[in-house]
Amino acid sequence: MTFLARILVFPREGVLDTQGKAVEKSLNRIGFGSVREVRVGKYIQVLLEADSEADAAAAAESMCGELLVNDLIEDHTVQVGPWKP
Amino acid sequence: MTDLVWHEHTTLPRDTGLVVLPGGFSYGDYLRCGAIAAKSPIIDAVIKHASSGLPVLGICNGFQILTEIGLLPGALLANTSLDFICDFCHVRVEREDTPFTGHYRKGEVLRIPIAHYEGRFYLPEEQLRALEEEGLVVFRYCSPEGVTGEDFTPNGSPNGIAGIINRKGNVLGMMPHPERATESLLGSSDGAPLWASVNSWIRGRLGV
Repeated sequence: MTFLARILVFPREGVLDTQGKAVEKSLNRIGFGSVREVRVGKYIQVLLEADSEADAAAAAESMCGELLVNDLIEDHTVQVGPWKP
Repeated sequence: MTDLVWHEHTTLPRDTGLVVLPGGFSYGDYLRCGAIAAKSPIIDAVIKHASSGLPVLGICNGFQILTEIGLLPGALLANTSLDFICDFCHVRVEREDTPFTGHYRKGEVLRIPIAHYEGRFYLPEEQLRALEEEGLVVFRYCSPEGVTGEDFTPNGSPNGIAGIINRKGNVLGMMPHPERATESLLGSSDGAPLWASVNSWIRGRLGV
């Protein structure tokens, strides 16, 4: 079966996110005074073959551990579901 | 003699003394700087070379790759200014007892260029303190007179960290480019002693 893994990666709490800060300042400047904090991360979408959703989720987690995420500076979340073309 | 080794190769030339991971933008800095290169086929051989005690030097993107491999601690994040900085800067030599710095004196100030967007060294506070206590910082940004501090750190790196070494003392990562400061025609020759240092060290070690 084919599954879709949606992986969100964002800077860890305590890591200065310069990009987020720049976007935050810009939002404030153009009138969005309500903005308190912005953090910029990335979205990674992986289509993969697996026998079950649990296997797909486990594979996606391994991918995060080995390449997609650097635990020292980033947090991540993984969402897996069946892929519907 | 210098050999170029392709990243898809799996072995280093026989009798390799120094391995240099040069600067550049491997894989366009996709994902994280150095992350994809850190998984290249040649990397196992680089790790083996390092674990045998022989020197490995990572410059700029090479430093980023070494942290992603895990041969050096930490990570390199975007400069505080969010600018790509290409300029000469000054660094102070903090250790002269490494294979890379034997021809320098501790406290010596080098004029040497940097060219990077992601050079702000990062380690969680406690680990950063441990790194300092163990004396693993080899180069620190400074004023021409050798004064360190935020004002003299172009990229926002904590404690002005420009280069660090592993505990064993044979893997060095640095953001400044010693290879771009090897003769006065290039604006500075302050990087040349680094190559002379490592050359002497290897000759001493191999007895040649």
